[in-house]
Amino acid sequence: MSNASTGGAAPKVTIMRSQLSRARGMGAAGSGVHHWKVERITAIALVPLTTWFIYAVLHLLGAPQAGVHRFVHNPWNAVLLLAIVTMTFHHMQLGLQVVLEDYVSNHKWQMASLLLNKAVALILGLLCVVSILRMAFTA
Amino acid sequence: MTDVRDALMIGTRTDGTTVQRPLSPHLQVYKPQITSVLSIMNRLCGIATSVGTLLMVWWLVASAGSPHAYASMQSFMGSWGIVLLFGWTVALVYHFVAGLRHLAWDAGYGFELPQVYASGIATLVATGAITLLIWIIGLVVYL
Repeated sequence: MSNASTGGAAPKVTIMRSQLSRARGMGAAGSGVHHWKVERITAIALVPLTTWFIYAVLHLLGAPQAGVHRFVHNPWNAVLLLAIVTMTFHHMQLGLQVVLEDYVSNHKWQMASLLLNKAVALILGLLCVVSILRMAFTA
Repeated sequence: MTDVRDALMIGTRTDGTTVQRPLSPHLQVYKPQITSVLSIMNRLCGIATSVGTLLMVWWLVASAGSPHAYASMQSFMGSWGIVLLFGWTVALVYHFVAGLRHLAWDAGYGFELPQVYASGIATLVATGAITLLIWIIGLVVYL
């Protein structure tokens, strides 16, 4: 059979190497399903936490600042806020990382954007944590 | 061909000759379907929800800050910010419901095509209903 219709030589596979090393290293990323699993675990945590957060926001709509402080002064509310903030920014960082890996093809820009993604998620998360703790520990 | 990954892209024509297939399909050649459109929407709403977290950060920082900071945050949320708050609610609720759909898939449920279509429609209906419910409660509390 001629290859003239294909517009070039048909590719021929001549790989002698076994796939075993790739399987052991779990692919090009060098890691397995850890990222995927943590994304799901944080998602599961965020189901009840986000539901509670919407309740909290509705509860505090139009409230005076002292009302917000009283709310966060309660240890349960402070802990739930800390939980949703940490889970949110962790989940956000993981999700945005996949988007950046998919669409930023230039290796250097991808590395830079991934680091920036982590930095922004960390700083915003810590900003929330400090604000919550400040309200939790001041009367 | 020396890279083992290239071997995964080799296909065979009906006449038996080999051909190098493209790595991934081209998005633009497909007709939009409820499956693909909802998938793209889930990603876009995830990104929008990420932007929306800035409102949460501002709310917490302003609440912990000076009375002036709290007042300016409140006046923004009560005027132009309400548009952003509504957009954040829609994106968050969609990403939430679509996320539940994904968790069901991860657990092995709902893979039959009729189920996929039904859960897709349900996701859209639930997003509308939950968003409306949140805003009706919110407006009743606020006004």
